Amino acid sequence: MFFTIINNAIVQGIPLLFGSTGEILTEKSGNLNLGIPGIMYMGGCAGIMGAYIYENSTQTPSAALCIIIPLLCSLVGSGLLALIYSFLTITLRANQNVTGLAITTFGTGFGDFFGGSLTKLMGNNGNISVKLTSDYYKTTLPFAEDLGWFGKLFFSYGFLAYVAVITAIICAWFLKRTRAGLHLRAVGENPATADAAGINVTKYKYLATTIGGMIAGLGGLYFIMDYIGGSWTNGGMGDRGWLAIAIVIFAIWRPNLAILGSFIFGGLYIAYSYTSGLGRAASAIFNMLPYVVTIIVLIITSMRNKKENQPPQSLGLPYFREER
Amino acid sequence: MSQNAAIELRNITKTFGSVVANKNISLTVNRGEILSILGENGSGKTTLMNMISGIYFPDEGQIFIDGKEVVIRSPKDAFEHKIGMIHQHFKLVDVFTASENIILGLEDEKRFDLKAAEKKVREISEKYGFSLDPTKKVYEMSVSEKQTVEIVRVLYREADILILDEPTAVLTPQEAKRLFEILRRMRDDGKAIIIITHKLHEVLSLSDRVSVLRKGEYIGTVKTSETDEKSLTEMMVGKKIELNIERAEPCNPQERLLVSGVSCVNREGVTLLNNVSFTARSGEILGIAGIAGSGQRELLEAIAGLQKLYGGDIVYNDPKTGKKENLRDKTPLQIREMGVRLSFVPEDRLGMGLVGNMDIVDNMMLRSYRRGKTFLLERKAPKNLAEEIIKQLEVVTPGVSTPVRRLSGGNVQKVLVGREISSSPTVLMAAYPVRGLDINSSYIIYNLLNEQKKRGTAVIFVGEDLDVLIELCDRILVLCAGQVSGIVDARKVTKEEIGLMMTKIKTGGENKNGKE
Amino acid sequence: MVKNNAEIETERKVHEPLFQIVKRDAMPWYKAWLVRAAAIILALAIGSVVIIMLTGYNPIQVYSAMFNGAFGSTRKIWITFQDLAMLLCISLAVTPAFKMRFWNIGAEGQTLIGGLTAAACMIYLGDKLPLYLTIPIMTVSCIISGMIWAVIPAFFKAKFNTNETLFTLMMNYVAMQLVSFCIVFWENPKDSNSVGVINRHTHGGWLPEIADQKYLLNIIIVAVIMISMYIYLKYSKQGYEISVVGESENTARYIGINVKKVIVRTMAISGALCGIAGLMIVAGTDHTITSDSVGGMGFTAIMVSWLAKFNPIVMALTSFLIVFLEVGAGAIVTDPKLGLNESVADILTGIILFFIIGSEFFVTYKINKRHNSSKEEA
Repeated sequence: MFFTIINNAIVQGIPLLFGSTGEILTEKSGNLNLGIPGIMYMGGCAGIMGAYIYENSTQTPSAALCIIIPLLCSLVGSGLLALIYSFLTITLRANQNVTGLAITTFGTGFGDFFGGSLTKLMGNNGNISVKLTSDYYKTTLPFAEDLGWFGKLFFSYGFLAYVAVITAIICAWFLKRTRAGLHLRAVGENPATADAAGINVTKYKYLATTIGGMIAGLGGLYFIMDYIGGSWTNGGMGDRGWLAIAIVIFAIWRPNLAILGSFIFGGLYIAYSYTSGLGRAASAIFNMLPYVVTIIVLIITSMRNKKENQPPQSLGLPYFREER
Repeated sequence: MSQNAAIELRNITKTFGSVVANKNISLTVNRGEILSILGENGSGKTTLMNMISGIYFPDEGQIFIDGKEVVIRSPKDAFEHKIGMIHQHFKLVDVFTASENIILGLEDEKRFDLKAAEKKVREISEKYGFSLDPTKKVYEMSVSEKQTVEIVRVLYREADILILDEPTAVLTPQEAKRLFEILRRMRDDGKAIIIITHKLHEVLSLSDRVSVLRKGEYIGTVKTSETDEKSLTEMMVGKKIELNIERAEPCNPQERLLVSGVSCVNREGVTLLNNVSFTARSGEILGIAGIAGSGQRELLEAIAGLQKLYGGDIVYNDPKTGKKENLRDKTPLQIREMGVRLSFVPEDRLGMGLVGNMDIVDNMMLRSYRRGKTFLLERKAPKNLAEEIIKQLEVVTPGVSTPVRRLSGGNVQKVLVGREISSSPTVLMAAYPVRGLDINSSYIIYNLLNEQKKRGTAVIFVGEDLDVLIELCDRILVLCAGQVSGIVDARKVTKEEIGLMMTKIKTGGENKNGKE
Repeated sequence: MVKNNAEIETERKVHEPLFQIVKRDAMPWYKAWLVRAAAIILALAIGSVVIIMLTGYNPIQVYSAMFNGAFGSTRKIWITFQDLAMLLCISLAVTPAFKMRFWNIGAEGQTLIGGLTAAACMIYLGDKLPLYLTIPIMTVSCIISGMIWAVIPAFFKAKFNTNETLFTLMMNYVAMQLVSFCIVFWENPKDSNSVGVINRHTHGGWLPEIADQKYLLNIIIVAVIMISMYIYLKYSKQGYEISVVGESENTARYIGINVKKVIVRTMAISGALCGIAGLMIVAGTDHTITSDSVGGMGFTAIMVSWLAKFNPIVMALTSFLIVFLEVGAGAIVTDPKLGLNESVADILTGIILFFIIGSEFFVTYKINKRHNSSKEEA
């Protein structure tokens, strides 16, 4: 029972982890990308579209292509959307909040439209479903079954779950231990200083935002392929995109803490089903908790005003060198 | 071209919009030499250095390093030519450690190794005699520690041309002395060092040669050993120019504003004003002279209620009631509600005195919009006022509903001064009211100040042009490093005397060690 | 030296940055609107290409179908204007805060809390008190609840400089979950997990219909709010203070404005208007509440307000543009012949937004080509 809860919390937490890792990377460059919910939708939708088209184009889909095609589609879709955001906010210096919300509008619209209508557009009937691809995505490690609770806790997930954790760890390492990570943090803290130190601010912002978007997009892909099982429900992803942004604050902009944060928030997402007798009212309260906790973290960090725990200093502001 | 010139500038020109910041400047720095660049505020020193360090790109002219022409597009290019600049406003990331800041932007090393970097930082510190903890976070550092980080950063990159922009402005005399020792050691190490400053005793004690800029133009270069404070001051301030500003005798002067023992410190704990005392009298113009950043802004803001005081009192004598009011720790609104008619033309016209995106009428209301008990604004009076000011001061504008941002500098200032004197003030403070203005507009402003003087207003005028101060004011208060170095009679003083007072702290004591 | 010069020249041409981006002094207003109009037209053209590809219609069919969807019948016109009114109301609500550069993206939650309060009043008071008592009580409570939701982040912003964008964003979802929580207790019929139409037969607490038109009252209220907001921002002392704080906190200090007080007061107004929007959505239109009652309008409103450059009158046009797209494009694709879904409207809205957002760059900045400095040399 206990391990089932943990297991479910982790499964719930993986999309959040992808989303928050991507957003941390983005915010570390000084871009507050409120388009993350839209980008996650896009990642999921592009993935399922790729899978559907591939499954329908061949009699004998190969396992490798079933994995690779949706993966690439997802990365390209979310990457493109993040690139639009980057172009508008970095090159054209547009307002980040407005641009981000526009990206979310577009991304969710794109997802819901194509996710809901692709079958009809291709002349088929019924809802989109890619059971076969989904099964490949859900394949767990072969010895998971044999190891009892241990296997269930650590080995019973599809490969994307491991990708999520590894990505977060790599991001944490990247930000803390590499030269490029140091430069990226400098760009987000103080772009004028980074610029004066000879760092290409524009390049770092573009790369961090685009790669961050692609990572977040994988959250959508995991949700569709692994969690849902290869079908599309409009609005099915709910508020997970915003929750991912909340985790960024909860984790005070640290990817390693985001792993913990995602699993805790994931646990709260499903906690109600284990609190017998409380029913749906409890579910609402549990769903509210992540946001309340995030707000409290936000208030406490701003009250304590400890420099290390603040948002990147230039978060939300465009950078323009020859301003005088 | 000199035989071992490290860097040579030829005919460098840079303009910002219509302002010429540098006009046709040429100069040379040799290896194993410290060159001072001397000039008053606004003479274009920093702009010139920013072009060497890749922050700005020159409109015209060439830069040679070791005799070869180079193009410096970015700070990175500057690094590649081994040029390092220590800015006046430190370019450091607060949440990073010293060594993280020092290696920021470096791409050449094979491996990212913070430990090795820390070791190298320690080595450099030992070699030149800095005391620096490589793992300390910048936000926990004092100003002089931050400066040390900046210098070590440049040395870490093995720069051999170092530019320091007013390095002693933020240091205590002891810290400055230590810095100079280090700079001499670097010079003996064969580095070319450029130091921007306007403190004469520093120039004389430290540098080998001095280049002087004035109002964006190159005046000349002299050997330090062949010059003295007096001739440098002359080069810096220029010959006395007759301006023919009318000056009436003060009429019936009465003590209006008594400032006594005012002190204040900034957030970093650096003293900005140190025990400043003076009296402003009605019917006269009190000039305030001083190198930029000597505390002029803080002094006016303290009187206007915008600066928290550390000590001292500001007492206002009400001419009508004869009451004495202490303005210390009052907000601008409280001062106004006390019936003190205090007007203030701040230095930052569009950032503080006016709102650039608002039209002239709305800017007229800034001071008076609260008038009346109604919920809605009353725009009729401000509109009339705007029209009156446009007419009387000959403001060139398409109309009263033009955003002030679109007006030229002179017209912006006419709008601001016009508004401030419209409330018939008893005290009028103006900070650099003619900066960036053409001759005609400047004279209009002088006349306005004179009119106020004749009305019996106590006028406080912060200026940078000594000729103007001497011809316009009745008395001149000279500030140096937040202290009053003297109050002189403008009718008797000479330009050189003021120039010397501006650059020396009055108690010759500290200054003795200027020349060692 | 002489032979070197030519080399230097060629090298210089390669190395000098070619373009320089500078802030414009100011673009005349008509030119600025021309740029924006061009962006919208370009976006519409691209949008119609998308629709043509999806549906196979020709452009004229597309636009007539869109027009038909929005204005095809009296009922459609009323619905279009009702949607317009709601979006406009929330857009107006967020505007004073934005003018102050306070990034309130919590309108969704503030509106929802207003709606939740309205629903509570309808459920608990609707059938017990006469309408002339219920409605004032309901209005006041909606305003207060919306205000509270907005003032909480404003207070922390003023006091501790807490990031308002993230704070208000989180408050949205607290509000949504609060609604889900209440629905559990109010659900009708039992286990439906929805509130159903509140007071279906008694109409207790429903806002009255004017001239037999369900939506007319809402539209009138919003029109009044729009004019009042225009007057408030442009002609009132408080509106003036908002502009000064938004433009320059330094100037605000210089003339003695209490910036913290203005922040809290302005957010209270934003929240109050969101509360009224919630009241109209729940008590005036839907007569029920779900966690999706506001339907993302709180977010769309941010873009509407920004697109209108915070001008309340222009906002009527920008919200009309968005609503027209939603309703019109929705009508095309949901045509039973095609059986597609209405989310295509969001795609079109997104494209239009991208273009308008991008066009602002050309209004604010201009790109100069570097002049070649080789002439002066001899």
